[in-house]
Amino acid sequence: MSTPIEATTVKAAAPKGDMISTLANKWKSKPGSLIMALHELQVKVGFVQRESAMRLGHEMGVPLAQIYEVVTFYNYFKTEAPGKYIISVCLGTACHLKGAGGVLASLSAELKVPEGHSTPDKEYHLQAVRCLGCCGLAPCVSVNNKVYAKLKPEDGRHVIECIQIDKPMIDIEQESVTD
Amino acid sequence: MKPEELEVKAAAQIAKQQAFDVRLFTCSSRGCQSADALGVITALKAEIKAKQLDAKVQVSGSGCLGLCGRGPLILMKSKTQKDVMFCDMTAALAPKIVTQVVVPMLSGSKIEQPGGDLATKTLDLNDPFFALQEFVVLCNNGKMDPEKLDEYIACGGYTGLRKALGMSAEDICKEILASGLRGRGGAGFPTGRKWELTRKVEGDVKYIICNGDEGDPGAFMDGSTLEGDPHTVIEGMLIGARAINATHGVFYIRAEYPLAVERIEKALRQARAAGLVGKNILDSGWNFDFELRLGAGAFVCGEETALIASIEGKRGTPRPRPPFPAVKGLFDKPSCINNVETFANVTRILQHDAAWYAARGTAESKGTKLFALTGKSKNNGLVEVPMGMTLRTIVDLVGGGTGTDHKVKAIQTGGPSGGMIPVHLFDTPVSYEHLKKLGSIMGSGGMIVIDDHDSVVELARFYLDFCVDESCGKCAPCRIGGKQMLTLLDRFVAGKGTEEDIKTIRRIAKAMQLASLCALGQTAPNPVLSAIHHFEPEFRARMQSPAAKQA
Ligand SMILES: Cc1cc2nc3c(=O)[nH]c(=O)nc-3n(C[C@H](O)[C@H](O)[C@H](O)COP(=O)(O)O)c2cc1C
Ligand code: SF4
Ligand code: FES
Repeated sequence: MSTPIEATTVKAAAPKGDMISTLANKWKSKPGSLIMALHELQVKVGFVQRESAMRLGHEMGVPLAQIYEVVTFYNYFKTEAPGKYIISVCLGTACHLKGAGGVLASLSAELKVPEGHSTPDKEYHLQAVRCLGCCGLAPCVSVNNKVYAKLKPEDGRHVIECIQIDKPMIDIEQESVTD
Repeated sequence: MKPEELEVKAAAQIAKQQAFDVRLFTCSSRGCQSADALGVITALKAEIKAKQLDAKVQVSGSGCLGLCGRGPLILMKSKTQKDVMFCDMTAALAPKIVTQVVVPMLSGSKIEQPGGDLATKTLDLNDPFFALQEFVVLCNNGKMDPEKLDEYIACGGYTGLRKALGMSAEDICKEILASGLRGRGGAGFPTGRKWELTRKVEGDVKYIICNGDEGDPGAFMDGSTLEGDPHTVIEGMLIGARAINATHGVFYIRAEYPLAVERIEKALRQARAAGLVGKNILDSGWNFDFELRLGAGAFVCGEETALIASIEGKRGTPRPRPPFPAVKGLFDKPSCINNVETFANVTRILQHDAAWYAARGTAESKGTKLFALTGKSKNNGLVEVPMGMTLRTIVDLVGGGTGTDHKVKAIQTGGPSGGMIPVHLFDTPVSYEHLKKLGSIMGSGGMIVIDDHDSVVELARFYLDFCVDESCGKCAPCRIGGKQMLTLLDRFVAGKGTEEDIKTIRRIAKAMQLASLCALGQTAPNPVLSAIHHFEPEFRARMQSPAAKQA
């Protein structure tokens, strides 16, 4: 599960049946591991289609009602194919106080999609998340698990440009703890 | 591994480390990685190799070095001079540390204040940010690579487990009780007491569970600890397992922390290979192993009964207690759940002893506390301070105030379950008992600095919105009450609040506190109540003017 969802592994196709069986066989001997199997499916395919989840759970011997409950409860699982680049804008407290709302707005304007949606060409998916654990560098945005930190509200375009040339964006400010 | 081998391994590793004249530790935690710490490490290694200094200079990763806002950070340790910390490093700049500092040092110069390009890239380690901290949990950061078991052993790693293996379960519980350690997950329940309760419950299967869900948005202490010193947490869980006679260990870590997951997986593999986890641990005949489970983006899963449901593969909804998890927990077996930082403290207590630990802190809160200091603080990062330090010292000295011409107005501790504390109460010592008196809680360690340009009305709304969004919807007081209260707060945000609204908010709050099933609903009104209590004028300023009301 440690591997990030790399752009190249995100395919829009539904997972093949044998992949689901392999996953089910791997996890079904461990009680309660439906969620872990779903995580692995999402890493492999990029999202968890409802039908795939049902099949996976069924092959693991989990009752239908429970599978349904799990898929609808945990919002980490994406039920539709996301864009190739998943742009997660942190709206946690630290980022919120430092202008994350503006970052989201400028990204949304740049991509011309509202939060929670993908661009029509399926290149980008824009979503808000709670906290990326990089609060010291607020506000932050992560793209397929790579974090862009210390953004300014108007940085939307800059982030997209960085994604296109695939370089980490580093913004060093000239403040000092000792001055 | 036999117990004595720990010493042999430690001695060998220490000798290896002492062979280096200079050691360069680059923080390889998530924050610094996001600012290209790995690129910095690669650049340093290349330069050391090019200068053929491999035998004299060690380049290594490290746990969090504290000042995340200035990362990537590099700590330089050497035999000949004081430590130097470099900040705002880049892959382009890092090789200059080698050419402008390390090389001259190796030929006998002392360079504590580098010039040139590095002049503005060093941090004063005498600055209160560093000088006032006290490291118990974080004591290995800047001393070892979190991915190397041998380096952890050289720092005294697994000696706490070794000691615990020679003690009875009851004695371990007594030692933890004597240390005064209280759970760091928020509520502050004495860990020794919880363990003693679980120990006494009979069961052929018993679980010890690490709560690494860290849902408070704006807090990253637990993630940082898991990333920066994974073996310390594993060792604490092993000690806990001995104390309560657990048969299985479970790590529950939020899926948003991929690096923490990776480090724990790696550390478990290393520990298994070394005979510290798995079969016949430290040649004692004791077998114990762990499983890893990931969260899936639900804040309520940090609540222990919801967490158990989630590990069981169900939706994470809390259930009424009793029965407590100690009696009926995971898969209906007795279970003990503790926070990441709690386990890390346990390790230090056994590596030293209860009296050593209890020497820090206040009457009712012992040891140190990690805080994620963020928001409008000048210094942003992870800090560890002794319990009992005043909020003023933490915010103004360790945090350095705001660093702008804005003034600090308040802090928020305890995240969405906590409260705001205005600046005039900053002489309060930080402890479970003192923060509670102020209407906030210690919480897990988020500390958000709010300045005079921030609106507490909007921040209160922000937290409540979070709780409403994360409510599992199982019980009405939380589900409905939260929504109603949010509508009222929206009116204040829009400048249309009324006197009556404040009364209604208080009434709903009371209902939520009394009748919600779990602590999410019970504590959700706290940020709002504390904001109204301490900053009533700000709410009044957002009330509808009498003229507008008439019209
Ligand atoms: C809504 C909610 C969220 C919580 N989130 C966490 C969390 O992220 N991490 C944590 O350790 N405890 C969390 N707790 C507290 C746990 O329920 C539990 O008290 C704690 O893990 C016990 O460990 P301790 O005794 O070591 O503090 C949360 C509680 C509630 C009600
Ligand atoms: S208080 Fe809220 S989160 Fe807790 S059980 Fe009730 S509805 Fe769910
Ligand atoms: S609040 Fe944004 S990274 Fe934590």
